[in-house]
Amino acid sequence: MNELALAIPWLGKRNPAAARGVVILLAFVAPLIAMLFGKTWVRILDFAMLYVMLAIGLNLVVGFAGLLDLGYIAFYAVGAYAFALLASPHFDLHLPFWLVLPLGAGFAALAGIILGLPTLRLRGDYLAIVTLGFGEIVRIFMNNLNQPINITNGPQGINMIDPLVLFGWDVSKPLKIGEEITVNSLFQYYYIFLAFVALSVVLVQRLQVSRVGRAWAAIRDDELAAKAIGINTRNMKLLAFSLGATFGGVSGGLFAAFQGFVSPESFSLMESIAVLTMIVFGGMGNLAGVIVGALALTALPEVLRYVAIPVQQALFDKVILDPEVLRMLLLSLAMIFMMLLRPAGLIPAYSRYSRPELVVGKEAGK
Amino acid sequence: MITLLEARGITKRFGGLTALSDVSLTIRKGEVYGLIGPNGAGKTTFFNVLTGAYVPDGGELVFSGTELPTGKPHKVVEAGIARTFQNIRLFRDMTALENVMAGHHIRSRANPFSILLQTRQAREEERLITERAYELLRYVGIERFADTVSKNLSYGDQRRLEIARALATEPQLLALDEPAAGMNATETAKLRELVQTIRHDGVTVLLIEHDVKLVMGLCDRLAVLDFGKKIAEDVPAEVQKNEAVISAYLGGHGTHKAGAAA
Repeated sequence: MNELALAIPWLGKRNPAAARGVVILLAFVAPLIAMLFGKTWVRILDFAMLYVMLAIGLNLVVGFAGLLDLGYIAFYAVGAYAFALLASPHFDLHLPFWLVLPLGAGFAALAGIILGLPTLRLRGDYLAIVTLGFGEIVRIFMNNLNQPINITNGPQGINMIDPLVLFGWDVSKPLKIGEEITVNSLFQYYYIFLAFVALSVVLVQRLQVSRVGRAWAAIRDDELAAKAIGINTRNMKLLAFSLGATFGGVSGGLFAAFQGFVSPESFSLMESIAVLTMIVFGGMGNLAGVIVGALALTALPEVLRYVAIPVQQALFDKVILDPEVLRMLLLSLAMIFMMLLRPAGLIPAYSRYSRPELVVGKEAGK
Repeated sequence: MITLLEARGITKRFGGLTALSDVSLTIRKGEVYGLIGPNGAGKTTFFNVLTGAYVPDGGELVFSGTELPTGKPHKVVEAGIARTFQNIRLFRDMTALENVMAGHHIRSRANPFSILLQTRQAREEERLITERAYELLRYVGIERFADTVSKNLSYGDQRRLEIARALATEPQLLALDEPAAGMNATETAKLRELVQTIRHDGVTVLLIEHDVKLVMGLCDRLAVLDFGKKIAEDVPAEVQKNEAVISAYLGGHGTHKAGAAA
């Protein structure tokens, strides 16, 4: 729970309980605030939650275990396609959500192990290159597996994916509470995603402050020394890859259900890099930082889209810079300034594997 | 005396260089055993073979009655051999306490599922690990730095922390690779006390050291390596009188360079 307080550093250090309260309150009222600016913003918030889950999962691999993974989006793709294939008219399969989502997560975990096994001996740049290749291979597979047998429907993607239906409650339909209030499906999705994010935070934090989390940190800091204290580095790395992939898979499954449509172009290299940027920007190895980073960098391009065009039109009577171009430009600039000014991210990870209570109120040793 | 470790005919070659040639030695339970020799004699190579970092080209290691697996460091630790490094290798970004807690890895059992579910056993184990880690920090005398990030510790304290981390694996044999390197006289004296305490508490110690005074005063028995061969194995007093040892260190035959004996 201290990680929550950390999301607002200046308050979190003085009054963790208050900071925690603020964070939880914000999480709950966020869609209401977003609604003031229009429905699209609630939708963006929903996507932000999916990115937060991705960032949490990738942080487990990169931030905790120190394995640079540039193909992480592949696991998101595996989760999304697993959901799409098992719950859509494409194969005329309509398995229930509580079966499809774990299956997708399982496939993603398996993909994590498949990626992990041949890359165990690689480190740093070399590992990054291989994972990058892996991510592209998965995407290209999705793109081309429409012949000889049509499995993924190729570049057209898969349509009409079943929405989330939780025990008879169809999340994609407005929910009526009594006579007066109807809850829009975007809101419903938000709270469901929020629940998944909250669960992820709890689970990942438990892992971090455990024998497994310490083993990961040990491998990250010094692999040889980790071996010398008896850590089976092979198994621990595989565990990091597969657990990280699981989060990606779950997020992908939720994405498929939410969007109702998946196609290979959602899983490009740029997406992998975007997720990696989020965790580097927010503070690698620090859950709160990672979440803040994911939220900030999901919101940024959308803000740009709604601000850049009207502003340019007002100033120059025409759009000079496309928001998409501006996005990459600003993102790169943000990263450069980040590396110069706060190389450890917005909210850096202090040493805190064994005793999270040290995090707040005291900057251990620094 | 019970034999704890027996090395039989250990040979290790790197390309054309034979770093260890048919080295056999016996370490008895409860003793402090020294391994000395001029630079490049093969001490660290032997160490790396023993701890599983290298796979030997010949020979075998028998540790308390069973053959040690080669090339599998984590199995060696599990069997009960812990090591420290010549150039200290701590987990730099973790606190002192966390370093020692990480050392308990091999002696703890919690799996990912019990951790995710926070079962009673997992929580209890975590509490015990923390407690024992504090005890070990106290044991080596750096408890007050428990929450200090290890890279910020002084050199001598880093050495102590590394020993505490190695002890956390609950070894029967503690192998120290030049623990006194770079230490001043006071630190060396304190280290000597620590090694004696460790031995007193039932852990056998294997010591590689350049500081001849420390070795002679501390070890029950020594082996001397020169150019990958064992040239002597005896109690310190005898080793000091050994002709081959003297010539290895002082270059008696004219073929050897003067050793870095001090």
